[in-house]
Amino acid sequence: MSLFERVRIVKPLKFSIAIALAMTPLLASCGNPKPLEDKSRDTAYSSFKGRTVAFLPILFANDLAQGWYAGMKSELEPLGVRLEVRDANLSTSVGAQAFTRLIIEKPDVIVVQNPDLSAYVRLIQRAEREGIHVIQVNMQSSAGSAGFVGPDWVEIGRRQANAAIDACKARSGKIAIVQGSLTSAANAYSMQGIRAVLQGHPGIKIVSNQAAEWDTSKAKSITQAVLRQNPDLCAVLGSYDGMDLGEAAAIKEAGLTGKVALITSGGGSRQGACDQVKNGTFTTYFAYDVPTQAQQINTIVKLLLSSGAKPGTLKSVTYTPLRRITASSADQPGMCWSQIY
Amino acid sequence: MRDIKWSQQTIVAALSVALFIGLSVTLPGFLTGPNLLALLQSVAVLGLLAVGMGIIVIGRGIDLSMIATLAIPPALMLQMVQDGHDPAAAFAAALVLTLIFGLINGWLITYADVPALFVTLASGIFLSGLGQVAFFSIDIVLWPARLDALNWLGQSSLLGMPVPVIVFAAAVALMGLILNRTKLGRFVYASGDNPATARISGIPTRPMTVLIYVFGAMIGAFAGLVMAATLNTMPTRVFNSTLIYDVILVVVLGGIGLSGGRGGTSSVLIGTLLIGMLLNAMTLMNASFSVQNLVKGFILLTAVIADSIINPRNEETAQQGDI
Repeated sequence: MSLFERVRIVKPLKFSIAIALAMTPLLASCGNPKPLEDKSRDTAYSSFKGRTVAFLPILFANDLAQGWYAGMKSELEPLGVRLEVRDANLSTSVGAQAFTRLIIEKPDVIVVQNPDLSAYVRLIQRAEREGIHVIQVNMQSSAGSAGFVGPDWVEIGRRQANAAIDACKARSGKIAIVQGSLTSAANAYSMQGIRAVLQGHPGIKIVSNQAAEWDTSKAKSITQAVLRQNPDLCAVLGSYDGMDLGEAAAIKEAGLTGKVALITSGGGSRQGACDQVKNGTFTTYFAYDVPTQAQQINTIVKLLLSSGAKPGTLKSVTYTPLRRITASSADQPGMCWSQIY
Repeated sequence: MRDIKWSQQTIVAALSVALFIGLSVTLPGFLTGPNLLALLQSVAVLGLLAVGMGIIVIGRGIDLSMIATLAIPPALMLQMVQDGHDPAAAFAAALVLTLIFGLINGWLITYADVPALFVTLASGIFLSGLGQVAFFSIDIVLWPARLDALNWLGQSSLLGMPVPVIVFAAAVALMGLILNRTKLGRFVYASGDNPATARISGIPTRPMTVLIYVFGAMIGAFAGLVMAATLNTMPTRVFNSTLIYDVILVVVLGGIGLSGGRGGTSSVLIGTLLIGMLLNAMTLMNASFSVQNLVKGFILLTAVIADSIINPRNEETAQQGDI
């Protein structure tokens, strides 16, 4: 018998046996109906139960951090995940100490907001080496980790620059930039976007580009001085809604509200964003919705815990979609989130 | 007269005048009415704080908790109004909080004999912590629309002069009045110069010290209210800033020695104007925050060194030490 003939006989035979075998449980269940079971459910839940997620924001008493925490708490705690908070309280060294302690305490996941691009780089790498997943939120460091959840800062910069170009049409073309801190992701990367756009627009001139260290009153005095020097300024690009209230106060004081566009970004809360755009404080606001970010964090936490992935093996980036809030869109339902803390 | 002629105040005043002339000539846009007004306005809150700090330091004390009193009571007031309380009740609550805080500071320093440096360092941290835990949930407390009647305090002008500047001028005048025209003022100088002698001479140094710390807290909270009205918000994270060092810088630069009993109203005025000029010029020159800190630190060091060369330590200060 040639090989071909053998295959011809054996194959159908095997096939029919296989079908018969496969039918057996089906026939059995016809007689004794047994409901289908989600086998993965127990495994999933047991992978969440008793795990610890540590949260290390730049400042816990801040609208962004409060929003992320509320979102994480409401979804992760019912799953049996324990949440711990460490507050860097605006100090990089306090944050680094807290991070170091966390590495010793070994939570399963650390969710961290970086004060700048470099401060926590080594700590992030060490944590992943020592078996802790690290998720970076809103402001990334130059080291990647299991997850980054936050806006695409370069894109925010591009959009801010384009909004400034719109505001400066047929005007002086003078703009001022008030940065938070030069070395934060929010500023370093959005400057990249701003520069890229302005390269094609030689008519736009940056008359001042300074950092106010996230300080509202410093932002105000910088803007005040700039406005006195350049009363024909057409736009101010800010960095974070809370600080940018300072630029707004300076513009208002100079009687230039509506004439100088103030383009900012932030977490998009009702009080901090929509209300302020409606009353004319901000002209254009690019929002990275905080509840959405909290959901994105939760998804990555659950992915990491339930997949059993080895820390350090995964590097991912999840950009938060941006919303553009202007006077005409500020009233739309769902544009801003209300206080949930 | 040699002392007065070459006191730190005189040196700093001369330096300020030189700087003013130099900047007027070299920096375009510096010597314009609007810019000088902006300059004054940007240091009005700092100057207000320096008035409170000045009196305390003359009495040989120091109040590191001033930024906490600047931030927390006004923020409490804004938050209470936001939560629907009556503005008057909110104002009263803030006032009572400030009063109690000043009393506790003064009591601990003078009756419990804890050094002012430690008391106010700790009490400031306590107050700002209390604020974050008990009074408001997020650091930036927005100005509620119901308080718009108070906007004038930070945002309007009277005869072309911004109100915060007028408020600062009034505070300086009040300080001058207290220090030079009242018994209290003389007592503050006396107990700053030599606390033991002042006490033996029958000056009620303890109640007086409590009083000046209460005054300091009140000035702090009032400065906070002006700041909140100016910014239309109270960023309570200002507590974490370097503002307190700026206040000390103004006071020391102007010639109010940390060993007490020296300097006066003009010190606060000169110190505030010099810092205002420096900050304004550096903003106009588009200098970064770090460069500004560098320059401020350099100026302070120069002032301190100049002071110790021109006014060498005598037997008395060597024995008593600084604060």
